[in-house]
Amino acid sequence: MTKEKLSGAELIVRTLEHLNVSTVFGVPGGAILPAYDPLYDSPIRHILARHEQGAGHMAEGYAQATGDVGVVIATSGPGATNLITSLNNALMDSTPLLAITGQVASDFIGNDAFQEAYTVGLTISATKHNYLITNAEEIPQVLLEAKHIATTGRPGPVLVDIPKDILNEKANWTEPKLEDLPGYKPTLEANPKMIQQAVELIKNAKKPILYVGGGIIHSKANKELFELSTKYNIPVVTTLMGRGAFPDGNELCIGMPGMHGNYTATTSIQKSDLLIALGVRFDDRVTANPKFFAQKAKVIHADIDPAEIGKVREPEVPIVGDAKSVINGLIEKLGDSEIDTNSWLNEIKDMKENYPLNYNQEEKGPLKVPYVLEELQKMSEEDSIVVSGVGQHQMWISLHWKFKSPNTWLNSGGLGTMGYALPAAIGAKAAFPDKQILALDGDGCFQMTCQELITASTENIPLKIVVFNNGNHGMVRQWQKIFYNHRFSASELTHHTPDYVALAEAMGATGLRMVEKSDVKRVFEEMFKTNDRPVLVDCVVDPDDMVFPMVKAGGSNDEVILNEDDLKNI
Amino acid sequence: MSERILSVLVEDKPGVLARVALTISRRGFNINSLSVGPTNIEGRSKMTIVTELESVEQVKKQLNKLVNVIKIVELDPDNTIESEVLLMKVSINKETQTSVIEKANLSGAKSVDVGQDYAVFELTGTSKELIKFEKLLKPYGIIEMIRGGRIAIQTKL
Repeated sequence: MTKEKLSGAELIVRTLEHLNVSTVFGVPGGAILPAYDPLYDSPIRHILARHEQGAGHMAEGYAQATGDVGVVIATSGPGATNLITSLNNALMDSTPLLAITGQVASDFIGNDAFQEAYTVGLTISATKHNYLITNAEEIPQVLLEAKHIATTGRPGPVLVDIPKDILNEKANWTEPKLEDLPGYKPTLEANPKMIQQAVELIKNAKKPILYVGGGIIHSKANKELFELSTKYNIPVVTTLMGRGAFPDGNELCIGMPGMHGNYTATTSIQKSDLLIALGVRFDDRVTANPKFFAQKAKVIHADIDPAEIGKVREPEVPIVGDAKSVINGLIEKLGDSEIDTNSWLNEIKDMKENYPLNYNQEEKGPLKVPYVLEELQKMSEEDSIVVSGVGQHQMWISLHWKFKSPNTWLNSGGLGTMGYALPAAIGAKAAFPDKQILALDGDGCFQMTCQELITASTENIPLKIVVFNNGNHGMVRQWQKIFYNHRFSASELTHHTPDYVALAEAMGATGLRMVEKSDVKRVFEEMFKTNDRPVLVDCVVDPDDMVFPMVKAGGSNDEVILNEDDLKNI
Repeated sequence: MSERILSVLVEDKPGVLARVALTISRRGFNINSLSVGPTNIEGRSKMTIVTELESVEQVKKQLNKLVNVIKIVELDPDNTIESEVLLMKVSINKETQTSVIEKANLSGAKSVDVGQDYAVFELTGTSKELIKFEKLLKPYGIIEMIRGGRIAIQTKL
């Protein structure tokens, strides 16, 4: 039997089909051009972004919403360099991404050829792993391996760089089979000895707390977490990346701790005698100064990435493993044990009552983001997916939105990439055309990737976009107010330029505007009625509103600033 | 002594040294010495990395995350044989020639090349021995010196 000969380009498309990839995001260009030709005939949907950063975030949004790999394609040189922000973003937030980049022809590599960049070198520290293909035959095998590495263990971005001549080279198609990777064997099953040690600590704890993050969502362990928490009455704090891993509204849920966490979440960690840390990395936005973080607590730290354990805080019980396996192990060993947390839960309840989140929406005053969010949630679907940018609005959403299930909150946590919301929401909507996708962005963020609104319109992706327009880089302004004596250096954007309604219309979307309280319901009703194209709401909000609670960077979580009056004491 | 020696088995693939070096510099680890070379196993290279006690755990864990890193062993200092090569070009004249060569040979160094006004020595030994050798010949004027990086092997299984 003679084997079928395909070009490298055809091998890429054939392998992606073989890997059940249904949607890819990208921008074509010289070096990657051969790959776009067979893509033209493929059932794979290609979404043409307007910038490679946007294409990368679209793939991330797709991956964060589905838990499956997101695929992005870009050309050499600037195509690849534009992609780097999204690669690094995916690395920080453990999002599985497969990036395929064109490279100049093999003979030209190293010669400073047109649109040449050293993509593999540039992305070593922005990816989990990367490859330079040297012959067409290895394409199926490398793509399979790349997807495997991207989606297993601690997920992350993997890049495959392919020179143009290799895309044109003919080679045999052979179905790729996963081969042994001697240096890549993630530990999934938790060590039973460690589980036993953890169980001893949990049984003897008076004030235990489950400190959970993105690892629960990647591991799809939310049901197991729910059982662990509710069966043994252990309260839960969810980090920014872990929002949705445990349902808000459940009395055991305390919400987000940290720099802009709610008072009870931040403080209960400080009072706790046992942190059961699952799929978290003791990020500085959670711990503030680690010296002062949870000083009274012993720590059980479980993570699939051994390098996270002991990086910031040395735990009493380190557990390497997948969150689901760890939690199942804990539940099994805890069995019918009863852990008396009643007085602890009462203490937490008191804190919740004494230190609620608040905001002050005046009848005729400027709109406040938390108020708008609460009104929006009342009118939105139960399982809508919320996608955010970075800054004040992101913190307000994380604080005020009630998340019920995993993969319904997409944001840029670790890298803090402004401009994430719109393209990531496009990716999520491409994955789930029937779900309500809400891109809730700041005006500063929106301006960083707003050209992707054209992608949404032309690709028929009817998103709902709310731009919280405070005419400023809001978080920068907040810090300048607090730490730089009200000197607003380079943080003002203006409320009126661009005219967001006109901009939306120019880009093929519907533009709406809300300015005061009486507009909110009416405008959102209109937004939800429009489903044949993207809708953008210019939501003009108070530029002087600040996010509270707040803990100073590098400060102690014992010193939570609750409101503007508290600022006088710092 | 707060030094720790890591013996790192890696896949012999392009860019693996760059990945290791980037990981080390990215995380700000202190590295005293790094050497790379082939092993007896095809497709495998060995890196010997000498680092400080305080960074050794994180160095191990971060390097282990690299897909091309197969195995990292921290060598037991009591059961480890360490070696490093040194090449040194020393300035000589008629008066010093004999004593320089004599001292070098007594230290176990080999005279590789001797010219009218210079001599080149090669010495293999532990880093302590190499430092001692450098101090010994420094007064005569070292023109150039290169050390090959430390390699080490554990004596017991």
